Amino acid sequence: MPHATLAAEFVADEPRAHWHDQTLWWARAKRDKAAHCVPEWEQLREAAAQIKAATMANLAHYLEQFEANAMRLGAQVHWAANAAEHNEIVLGILERHGVRWLVKSKSMLTEECHLNPFLERHGIEVVDTDLGERIVQLAGERPSHIIMPAVNFKREEIGKLFHEHLGTEAGASDPNYLTEAARQHLRDKFLAADAGLTGVNFAIAETGGFVVCTNEGNADLGVSLPKLHIACMGLEKLIPRAKDLGVFLRLLARSATGQPITSYSSHFHGPMPGCELHIVLVDNGRSAILGSDEFRRSLNCIRCGACMNTCPVYRRSGGYSYEATVPGPIGSILAPAGDMKRFASLPHACSLCGSCTDVCPVKIDIHHQLLTWRHEIAAHGHLPLTKLMAMKAASFVFRHPWLYRMAGKAARAIVPLLPRFMVYNRLNAWGRQRELPPMPKKSFRRLYRQRGKKAER
Amino acid sequence: MPPPTVGLFIPCYVDQFYPQVGMATVELLERCGARVEYPAEQTCCGQPMANVGCTEDARPLARRFLEIFRGYEYVVAPSGSCVAMVRRHYDELLHGEPGFEELKRKTFELCEFLVDVLKVARLDVRFPHRVGLHQSCHGLRELRLASDTELVGPQFGKAMQLLKLVEGIEFTELQRPDECCGFGGTFAVSEEAVSCMMGKDRIADHVQAGTEVLTANDMSCLMHLEGLIRRDRVPIRVMHIAEILAGREARDE
Amino acid sequence: MPSKEKILALVRANKPAPAHLPPLDNAWTTYPDRYRQFAATLESIGGRCVALENLDAINRALGEIPAYASAKQIVSLVPGAGQPNFDPNAVDDPHALAAVDFAILPGQFGVAENAAIWVTDAGLRHRALYFIVQHLALVIPADQIVDNMHQAYARLSFPEAGWGAFISGPSKTADIEQALVIGAHGPRSLTVFCIQQVQ
Repeated sequence: MPHATLAAEFVADEPRAHWHDQTLWWARAKRDKAAHCVPEWEQLREAAAQIKAATMANLAHYLEQFEANAMRLGAQVHWAANAAEHNEIVLGILERHGVRWLVKSKSMLTEECHLNPFLERHGIEVVDTDLGERIVQLAGERPSHIIMPAVNFKREEIGKLFHEHLGTEAGASDPNYLTEAARQHLRDKFLAADAGLTGVNFAIAETGGFVVCTNEGNADLGVSLPKLHIACMGLEKLIPRAKDLGVFLRLLARSATGQPITSYSSHFHGPMPGCELHIVLVDNGRSAILGSDEFRRSLNCIRCGACMNTCPVYRRSGGYSYEATVPGPIGSILAPAGDMKRFASLPHACSLCGSCTDVCPVKIDIHHQLLTWRHEIAAHGHLPLTKLMAMKAASFVFRHPWLYRMAGKAARAIVPLLPRFMVYNRLNAWGRQRELPPMPKKSFRRLYRQRGKKAER
Repeated sequence: MPPPTVGLFIPCYVDQFYPQVGMATVELLERCGARVEYPAEQTCCGQPMANVGCTEDARPLARRFLEIFRGYEYVVAPSGSCVAMVRRHYDELLHGEPGFEELKRKTFELCEFLVDVLKVARLDVRFPHRVGLHQSCHGLRELRLASDTELVGPQFGKAMQLLKLVEGIEFTELQRPDECCGFGGTFAVSEEAVSCMMGKDRIADHVQAGTEVLTANDMSCLMHLEGLIRRDRVPIRVMHIAEILAGREARDE
Repeated sequence: MPSKEKILALVRANKPAPAHLPPLDNAWTTYPDRYRQFAATLESIGGRCVALENLDAINRALGEIPAYASAKQIVSLVPGAGQPNFDPNAVDDPHALAAVDFAILPGQFGVAENAAIWVTDAGLRHRALYFIVQHLALVIPADQIVDNMHQAYARLSFPEAGWGAFISGPSKTADIEQALVIGAHGPRSLTVFCIQQVQ
């Protein structure tokens, strides 16, 4: 369904929409506070953008360097051209090791590939161990935010969910109580897991290692107990040097949650002794985006979620209204790249305010890319006919000043004479909650001309 | 030295619905030492079409704009979004056309023209009211007319700088000083529910701040906010910044 | 063609214009008192910072921690610190660490800007210990605190297989209505002992 339809439903529950908006705004406010504690913040953003540009400009080299180093350290590296291949590779590794129980930390890539349902169809139980992800998993929903997956859930709803699935007290909603219950529940899962799967925040070409950042410690618990660690990453997660992490780790948590750094930033170089580490490199459309001058910078994304927190539209419509793996501003660039027709409404779910671009730690020109997407969508014929016709008509009128003047004069003369029900009705979307602008007798150009004549006299 | 000649661009919705804003702009520019002309063949800068992705519908309008304003020393508009269109987004439409680079250099939003070119340092006007300044997004983040709350750096603001020259003016303090009002062009209609919720939230912020008069650089934002204000009968007056700087009284309902 | 070759071919075909890696030699933020910044930041993120003149003072300090006093299974890989009754390196299976209540482990150095401590699995068979323990204490020399992450990475190199992590504060989550809960899946608390004089 188009974003506007789902958004209208979201907005209709006014108190809830306000609550969601305030919650996400608070995340934005925390980011502001953290960023302003770093006087060189804008230099960091610029450095990050430059590192990403340099990486993209030499990506093949860095990919090969990373693979060679990772293998030298004892990891096994796999390459997946698309989501289906990724899923098959992961399944293959798990089946070869007889894995029945898998614990998984947050990975938007695996969401993108729809890995969970695929594995479950093949008889592997997957437990998402990030608390927010576990909540949405128990609820049978998708994450609605890439950092705060359950941000759209109220504590009472989580309490109800935990009562049903974890046996917590009926009606309990205290976050401390519920988190403790989840701790015990997930601890059992960690201890029973046959394998652990993580995403990758940053992969370092010059060392062959990668970094995983969490606050909960769930990624590390998940992969340090079993003997098998699978790490899935998009091609764009590569950075050239270990010292580049200095830039990215200073930007990531401050942008995402307003913390100076996450509780854990784990650097993996090779498998644990006697264990296996598999790294799956995934393309799934990234190499194509690399080739686009307009959209290449969207590959800079470090999945911090700051753009979602600041987006006035995301805050008031929620992640589900985008119906895409990654919602919000960056999601509205990525989704149409995968399926332009299906996601044609997303780049229009935007007032072009530009706030996202200014909070993006890697300086993606998000709102400009959304505008570029609108051109692409129109050029490919995915714009609704009504919009298309309205624009053609408007352009025609504006190209003929006499027609424009006449239309303006007619509107200003007629509208004030019409009974209210003829002006404000279902056909007038502007007028649902707003009055029309005033209809003055004289336009500016008329007043200006008269003033000129008066001055001449 | 002869006064700078300004070709005035008036957005279509100001021309038709808010002529007093255009008149205030003319008076203000003249009072501050510019010679103003209004080439009457103008209609629209093409932004609504370009923003929906209809590049080919916008291109002829961009060409018209380039031609109409070719001869002027400066082009000034009381609109951050139209000027942002010319300086930041006409590239896709007019790249390489003769005179285009010059057009970008010489086109200014009203407040930045007054501050940066005319270097206005006094105004001799009174406006003893509590004023809430709405930061229109295009002017703010495309033209950088003021610092936004997202970037880390020195604070500045050209509209605020001019308003501070007005005697008796008091500024209200908003909880979200530069959140978007929700107009966004066709967004106001195609995402009506979110657009109006955004606008109402802005208005609620001004109400809690004690704003009597809500002002901005862009009449498009104000048209949207005023529409909500009048429907909900909120006791806030809406005026374009040109009207305040030109010494108009607070408008009656 | 196997996927690796396919992907690399596409990546090469879509190669953008050259772009240079920045040297990162900017004048990054430094602090007049690194320990003070470290301690203040650690407290603000839910950790505890304890300055000790020397390692001998650690046992009295440990005794003042309720979680240590009530701990049944204690690990210490800092010689002289605490009364450990469990050797994590004596077990083959990291699952056997599940009952450890309190662990005292060495950190390599701290970072003032974010109260992070760099730890490794050197001398530790099972890195899971850092995460599975209920309460964690890290010991660092107070003069081994750098200003920022750039200085941190200047000290680090990764030539061989191994594991390291920046640990900053206890585990935490805010996934339920953004209410901050200290102690998610990892340790419920982090105490950092900064030793002024290292023997």
